[in-house]
Amino acid sequence: MTLLSINGVRRKFGDVTALDGVSLDIAEGEFFALLGPSGCGKTTLLRILAGFETLDEGTVTLAGDDLTKVPAHRRPINLMFQSYALFPHLSVAANIAYGLQREGLPKGVIKQRVDEVLERVGLAHAAKRRPQQLSGGQRQRVALARAIVKRPRLLLLDEPLSALDRKVRAEMQLWLKQLQHEVGITFVVVTHDQEEAMSMADRIAVLNHGAVEQIADPVTLYGSPATHFVADFIGANNFFSGTAVDDGLSTEVFGFLPARGGVTGPALLAVRPEQVSLTGDLLTGRVLDVSFYGGLSRVAVLVAGHDTPVLVHQHGAPRVAAGDAVKLGWAAEDAVVVRA
Amino acid sequence: MRRLGERFTLLGPGLGYLTVLMVVPLALVLSYSIFQRGRFGGLIYEPTTENFARLFDPLYLNVVVTSVKLAGVTTILALLLGYPTAYAITKLTPKWKTVALIALVLPFWTNFLIRTYAWIVLLSPAGLVNDALTGWGLIDEPLQLLYRQPAIVAGLLYAYVPLMVLPLYAALERMDDELLEAAANLGAKPARAFFSVTFPLTLPAVFTGCVFVFVPSLGNFVVPELLGGGQTAMVGNLVRDQFLKARDWPFGATLALAVVAMLVVLLMLQAWSARRLAGDGDA
Repeated sequence: MTLLSINGVRRKFGDVTALDGVSLDIAEGEFFALLGPSGCGKTTLLRILAGFETLDEGTVTLAGDDLTKVPAHRRPINLMFQSYALFPHLSVAANIAYGLQREGLPKGVIKQRVDEVLERVGLAHAAKRRPQQLSGGQRQRVALARAIVKRPRLLLLDEPLSALDRKVRAEMQLWLKQLQHEVGITFVVVTHDQEEAMSMADRIAVLNHGAVEQIADPVTLYGSPATHFVADFIGANNFFSGTAVDDGLSTEVFGFLPARGGVTGPALLAVRPEQVSLTGDLLTGRVLDVSFYGGLSRVAVLVAGHDTPVLVHQHGAPRVAAGDAVKLGWAAEDAVVVRA
Repeated sequence: MRRLGERFTLLGPGLGYLTVLMVVPLALVLSYSIFQRGRFGGLIYEPTTENFARLFDPLYLNVVVTSVKLAGVTTILALLLGYPTAYAITKLTPKWKTVALIALVLPFWTNFLIRTYAWIVLLSPAGLVNDALTGWGLIDEPLQLLYRQPAIVAGLLYAYVPLMVLPLYAALERMDDELLEAAANLGAKPARAFFSVTFPLTLPAVFTGCVFVFVPSLGNFVVPELLGGGQTAMVGNLVRDQFLKARDWPFGATLALAVVAMLVVLLMLQAWSARRLAGDGDA
């Protein structure tokens, strides 16, 4: 069932178009990610959903109700700020209780719900502390607790993991996903980090220059990017330019290259490094560099007539050395042709 | 220990200056309070507690109470006037912010006495305010505005309101707007967000501003002299009169000591509450 529906939303700041007709639907109970580089409009969209920003055109509905006329403080949407925005003059418990007090709930109920959520985020022992006395990871959990304790229809998370160090990130990633499963609230994560989006979200909308490039689940997004931008932004890719033909791409330098089609006209063929084998017969080149990463070897192959080295990933230890002449190939179903 | 040494190298000159030129003379003057006055001024170095007993003479106690009252009213009005002003300035564009802040401190470039005289021009029976009011037909007779307590409060308020606005402005400018967005997001209406987030977070600055206004208001003797017509002597006038007119240095010193003691207590309260509000710091 569709919970949030965004339709043709436009927003300009002076001459700058932040959102250029964004439409997307988010289902109830979904873990959804808005992914894009900085300046793609994802933060503006988030602020429109939270009610901190107005839109020029388009509609936003939550469970069928028009959201654009509702002031920020009356929306059943909570936001976990990137900076956490915890109140420094209030204790952890008071921070979490703040939203419930605004609902005018009885004291006993508030205390019970605060204790409950503190228990859930594992901070029951820190209830009386001030936010300044907590670590980054703890602060984040307080921010999250403060947002979910209101039991919103929709929880927005602005770059939830960006302020954490690597090790804590991985833990939080897993924990967030479990939490979402347990509380059953619809999560919308805004991030520029593709790994963060790919590992947590059920579906991802990739934004670029204020427009949606593609909305899909992580596997589809990775395996079948719809545009050049998506193919380039998500993971590593090798690109070849030419003209789309049936079953592949026709290039001036390399002739016909096989791939899954679907587009016509000037196009790009994208093939992932791990799909390129060193035993094919499509391209010939010379190994430029080999680097070993434990379970994986990265091979850069210089192909005459191609500007950038072709990247090849091999499992295990490298079986070629710099200077070797190699032939490259891939299966047609492992490469995709996108519009140039 | 080396760091302590470094610190004293830097603090030294200022500390020396303060000690020699301010603490020592002040201590000397305040120590007069335990001695007796000479017949023609000066001192007789015989200890006495008589000066302290005189402090509680209703004649003088009333002056102290009146002073505290006037300085207190001035402080409250300065807060009520200064908070919205400081808040409004933070909402201006950077260019107008600068203009507003300059306008705020501009009066300090003119002699305080002259500025206070200007208030006489404003408030006197034939002054601008009365002229305007009679001109518009709002009143028949000129009002007696001058030489009343409200005139003193007006003069003190005018003189010290910038000292309230500046710390408040600094605190409001530092406020993280995201905290207000967080409050709104959690269901707080704008007014509620202000009173539950903005105001508590600027409370240390409120106390600072109040002390900045209250302290000089209490000790001021120019404003009550000029605008109060000498009828309502404040403790500042009293101290000055004891030293310069009555030539009773010991009692003047005792009065001054009382005021200093009061202010020290006030400053300690302010420091204590500011620390409490800031939580236990980043510990």
